Formats: sequence, structure tokens, C-alpha cells
Amino acid sequence: MSKAKEALLNPIFNDNPIALQILGICSALAVTGNLYITLIMCVALTTVVTLSNLSVSLIRNHIPTNIRIIVQISIIATLVMLVDEVLQAFDYESSKTLSVFVGLIVTNCIVMGRAEAFAMKNGPLLSAIDGFGNGLGYSVILIVIAIIREFIGAGTFYGIEIMPLTTNGGWYMANNFFLTPASSFFIIGFTIWALRQWKTDQLEEPEFKISKNSLEAEKRITS
Amino acid sequence: MEAYLSIFIKAVFIENIAINFFLGMCTFLAISKKIQPAIGLGIAVIVVLGLAVPINNLIFNFFLKADALFPGSDLHFVGLICYIGIIAALVQILEMFLDRYIPALYNALGVFLPLITVNCAILGGVLFSIERNLEFSESIVYGLGAGTGWALAIVALAGITERLKYADIPEGLQGLGITFITVGLMCFGFLSFGGISL
Repeated sequence: MSKAKEALLNPIFNDNPIALQILGICSALAVTGNLYITLIMCVALTTVVTLSNLSVSLIRNHIPTNIRIIVQISIIATLVMLVDEVLQAFDYESSKTLSVFVGLIVTNCIVMGRAEAFAMKNGPLLSAIDGFGNGLGYSVILIVIAIIREFIGAGTFYGIEIMPLTTNGGWYMANNFFLTPASSFFIIGFTIWALRQWKTDQLEEPEFKISKNSLEAEKRITS
Repeated sequence: MEAYLSIFIKAVFIENIAINFFLGMCTFLAISKKIQPAIGLGIAVIVVLGLAVPINNLIFNFFLKADALFPGSDLHFVGLICYIGIIAALVQILEMFLDRYIPALYNALGVFLPLITVNCAILGGVLFSIERNLEFSESIVYGLGAGTGWALAIVALAGITERLKYADIPEGLQGLGITFITVGLMCFGFLSFGGISL
């Protein structure tokens, strides 16, 4: 059972798809202005990645290696189409706000990457768990970003007013910068920094190190 | 003619597909450590977007649009699977064509060409051109423009990262972290184009 637990929990902090594997970043940046929309996106992606891992794993022994990418993509595209249609049927407003980004789950590298790297080699149940875990890892980062952006940018949490805005007679002057997508770059950058200070094994080796001598020379000049 | 020029400028600067819509970010961040591969990838994206957008535009207008195939038909819901299939086939054909006739370019693009199939910039460009109801000739210009914008952004980022590797950056921020912050700053630069109205 420990293997299943590992597949579920590992992607959340130790092997996070966004912070470490650099997968699925496009949507992480674009749809995080508002917590409700973000939650819909997370549910959509988690559903797709779980089901696609499950179905790819079920037929993994029958897929010829040469055409496996096409097979995986058609499975994923079908699932995304289903999710898109369901969303349009039940929550048309949000599907308009998300516009092309639900469709773009097809090319979200998390889905493709997990199908190729995990589901092609493991059993159906374990693959589904791994897919769910990666969906969760993606969701954790997205939800954190969305909470920060919505709170600072609009003074609300999940649409509930926490800090009354000056425009409504309150005291909080909204920081519009956090509503622009540019802010999510900074938030993700700093999140990665925080995560890597905590889990130091994720640090990247620098290509160049400043030599000790030049640092000492600099000290001598400044002092 | 002016209308086409304005679509092109808009696609390159004002609605840059990498910086303003965050499409193709995964490859954008992963391949931007050196300028040379970034240029190769940029050219590949221009070529594929310039072909994929008009072709998918034709497919949409002649097959998938409501009442296009025969009165009362509406196939827009199979759109996604069609577009991605066409992009995959296009990339495959382009790869074989380049291998046979322009081996120099084929070698320069190398592994990037097959990777482009799953680059969301391509599918995103296609979906945007269909969402905006562009005509066929407009979609050619839009495809080329979006590709150029993406290429411009990745080459600029690669240029900055190449310099940054000599900088003394805090340990945890090295690599991915500082790249994100650099792109954020570039994003500011591109936001300033937003004030231009064409």
C-alpha cells in the first residue's frame, strides 16, 4: 500500500509538477485571478489526468510503441471534450471566462507527461492514483496563487469581502497589479524559492560559481 | 493592406502569445537557457503556426461550423480532436519534408520539431483564430504574427538568462525561480504595448 501512498503524496511537495517538473505552467498563470475559476480549472484538470492515466494504463500493452503519442493524445482530447461539454452545460458563465484554457488541457504537459512517464509502465489502479496525486500537486500551487492574488488584488476570499475596498467606502486600497497576470510570475517565482529553501534537495546546480578569491577581493575593495 | 499589418503588429506585440497569454510556457522556460536553440525553436514555431492556423481555419469553415457540411449540421464539438490531429500530422509531414529537401534546417531544429505538437502555443493560436472568426487570409497573417511574437519573446528571454548565469543569485532562487521573475519583468515591458490602439 505504501507504493500507492507514495504515488499520491509525492507529487504534492516532493515532485511537484509545476515547481519542479516545469509542467502545465500556462494555465497556472492565466486562470488564477479568482479562486472560483481556479477551483473549476483544478477539478477539470484532475479529472482529465486521473481518467487519462487510467485508460492509457488499461490499454498500455496493446498500444504499438510507434503510434503511442497519437493514441494518448486522442484519449486525452476525447476526455477534455467531455469535460468542456459538461462545463458548458452546467456553468456556462465560467466556461466563457476560462475561454480556450479548458481546451488547452489537451496540450497541458502534465497530462501527456504522466501518461507517457507513468501510465505506460504501471497498472491501472496505481496510475489512476498517480494521476490524482499530480492533479492535487497542480491544484495546491494554483489555489495558493489564486488566494494571494484575489486577496491582495480585490480584498476578497472566494468572493466574500474580507477587506472593504475604498471604492465601496472601506479602507483597503486594492492593489491592481495583483489582478494583472504578470503578478503570477512573481508569485510562482517566490513560491518556488520558498519551496526550495524548505526542500533543499530540489536546488539546481549553478553553472558558474563565483570564486572565493574574487569575493575576498570585493570585500577588500569595499572595506 | 493596413488591416493585415495591424493584425500582424497586434499579434506580435500587443497580444503576444507567450507573454500576454502564457501559451507554450513549458517549452518557453525549459529551452531558454541559450540563444542558439531558442532561435531554432522560435523558427520552428513560426513555421508550424503559419501553416496550422490557416489550415485549421479552412477545416473549421468548411466542415465543423454550423451548417457548413450540410444544412443543420454542427460538428464544432469534435473541434479539439480535429485540430490536434491536424497539428500532429502537419508536424510529422513537415519533419519528413525538411529531412528530404532542407536537411540543414532539419538538423538545426532537431528534437524541437516533434515537441511542437504538444506546445500549447500552436493549439492556442488555432483556438484564438477560430474564436475571433478570422477570414482565411487574415488567419495566415495572424498565424505568422503569433509565431513571430513567440519567437521574439523566447529569444529575448534566452538573451537575458545567458547573462544571468554569471550573476550571484540566492541559492533557492537559482534556475527556475529567477527565470519566472525575469519573465514577470518582461511581462511589464510588453504590458506597455497595451496602450497602443491600431
